[in-house]
Amino acid sequence: MRWKKTEYWGWGRALRARGEVARPERASALTTLSAESPAPAIGNLRSYGDAALNDGGRAIDMTRMDRVIGFDPETGIVEVESGVNIGDLGISFAARGWIPPVMPGTGFATIGGCIANDVHGKNHHVVGSFGQHVEEITLLQNGRRKTVSPQRNADLFRATVGGLGQTGLIASAKIRMMPCKGDMMVLTERRIDGWDEFIAALDSARSEYTVGWIDATARGAALGRGILEEGEITSGISPSGGRAREVPFNAPNWALSAPVVRAFNAAYFRRVPAGGRTTVKPITAPFFPLDKIHNWNRLYGKRGFHQFQCVVPIDQSDQLRRMLERIANSGLASPLAVLKRMGNGRAGYMSFPMEGYTLAVDFPNRAAAVLLIAELEQMTADAGGRIYFAKDALAGPDNMREMYPEHDKWLRAVQKADPDGKLATDLVRRLKLRETS
Amino acid sequence: MSETWIILGATSSMARAFARKLADDGARLVLAGRDMDDMKRTAADCRAKGSPVAEVVRFDARQPETFGAVIRRAEREDGTINAAVFVGSMPDQSAIDADPSLVDGVITDSFAGPARFLQMLAPIMEARGSGTVVGVGSVAGDRGRIGNYVYGAAKAGFHTYLSGLRNRLTRAGGHVVTVKPGFVDTAMTWGLEGMFLVATPEKVADDILKAVAKRKNVIYTPFFWRWIMLIIRSVPEFIFKKLSV
Repeated sequence: MRWKKTEYWGWGRALRARGEVARPERASALTTLSAESPAPAIGNLRSYGDAALNDGGRAIDMTRMDRVIGFDPETGIVEVESGVNIGDLGISFAARGWIPPVMPGTGFATIGGCIANDVHGKNHHVVGSFGQHVEEITLLQNGRRKTVSPQRNADLFRATVGGLGQTGLIASAKIRMMPCKGDMMVLTERRIDGWDEFIAALDSARSEYTVGWIDATARGAALGRGILEEGEITSGISPSGGRAREVPFNAPNWALSAPVVRAFNAAYFRRVPAGGRTTVKPITAPFFPLDKIHNWNRLYGKRGFHQFQCVVPIDQSDQLRRMLERIANSGLASPLAVLKRMGNGRAGYMSFPMEGYTLAVDFPNRAAAVLLIAELEQMTADAGGRIYFAKDALAGPDNMREMYPEHDKWLRAVQKADPDGKLATDLVRRLKLRETS
Repeated sequence: MSETWIILGATSSMARAFARKLADDGARLVLAGRDMDDMKRTAADCRAKGSPVAEVVRFDARQPETFGAVIRRAEREDGTINAAVFVGSMPDQSAIDADPSLVDGVITDSFAGPARFLQMLAPIMEARGSGTVVGVGSVAGDRGRIGNYVYGAAKAGFHTYLSGLRNRLTRAGGHVVTVKPGFVDTAMTWGLEGMFLVATPEKVADDILKAVAKRKNVIYTPFFWRWIMLIIRSVPEFIFKKLSV
């Protein structure tokens, strides 16, 4: 297997890695790699920070391991190689009445990444996290296959789901798909005028798919205004054939300056009529709103950007409000801020979700934003919440044990699975996750 | 599409991309190659995408006794039988220079094996009065270069063979498309120095499908390689022999 010297980066483009990357195309090649040169697996690099980076070391690019290797139409269980994109899986099965029960905000995430970050979707309050729908995972540990499931090697399963790739290469997995009526979604959008109304609306929302877009630049009485999107899957004919279109995009440096963002957010808010509206769209549109703009991360220019995402317990919504206030007053926020109520569904020791509210905000990579994010991280810790590894690029190790109380169980399983630390990534080193406290 | 496609060398990433696109259109597939485990995965993927039939048969260009089973499997399907040939091998020229016996393998994989297979298939296509052969050659076959002239020579032989086969099958309602890819982003080229204008296997597969639909004779993929190779072919030999392009 040839190794390619290359530079690669997280989705935020603020953190980069240089190193050798192999890209196997066959299971046999992957097994050989795992035996001869174990290294962290990387996929489409949709983690924002350094979860998929191994600066100065090696990495194994899984994107060519991308086949559906089995499907049982009786049970809806699909077996896939871990490099399959979740969006592709959704598109190819939705027309036949099956859908991945959990889809994150981008269809470009690989199945391996969905497992390793135990991702959630807009229906987390209904179906839980991705890992809760994984029947079985085939790991490669130093060339040896190991099958884990909630029943078999359950400890290793819980260390693998949300486990940041530290228990072995995720070679393939069986996912329990969910029956669906079709590949269209009825989407209802309505304006929300402020924070308290938003929390109340999220608490009372009954739709399968619910997410709030929040204007993180609005201050004062308008603080927390935004749009609540609720969706239900329905049948119908998808006009674009269900395929996302790609638009190449390049933007000048001022594209996301404060006045532009404020104007954009105001316009976005008014885009939805005061009385709300209901539309029918192909499921890819509401699931993956940004995927049709390929490389939208370039909007933030060469320095890149950071996304801050936290979740806080239900009774801490006031603390979240204070965090939003800090963000709004900073003038640093970008158009993409998301507020959502989460259920308690999680499948791994290091899974992000907890019952509560999650807030995600993008910031251009500037010194002031870095300071603000550190402050937000501390506020999250004070609220008994946690930050999301798939998004994080900046946190320090101090709060991690407290945020992830099952870390010790994870660490025990990981030390057994990869005693030499061959699978450690930049994120794992930065947060000292592999060190015993 | 109710046609059957034989994919020779189905484990290559170009072949995989091509088979998956055929599967999207509902084609029946006979995947032929050496790595059975890998082909079974591709077959399962193609069935999931919409192929009513996607079966794997062992094929080794260096073992002509494996050829018959592939053809017999395809013959069981009614209607048009097509074949796409992705087999070939390209050891480093320096390895061949050190061990001349490697020449035989390159020529068998890239030319003699596929040609013998297509000779066996041609009468069936003629009898059915239809069918398309896609032969994947290489821009390396357009001119012998110091870097890979044995591989280039084998591909040049294959190009000439395909030209003759086109001449033959055209009169029976069939067709032959010669495909000359430039650099393609595969395991073969991953991490090699000096790669430029590298195309994805999906792009190559799209180009091939378009060429089949339009009954093109010879295509370069991506298209601009036609112009690059036109320039390379027009360099006079007394200059070319001193170049290392």
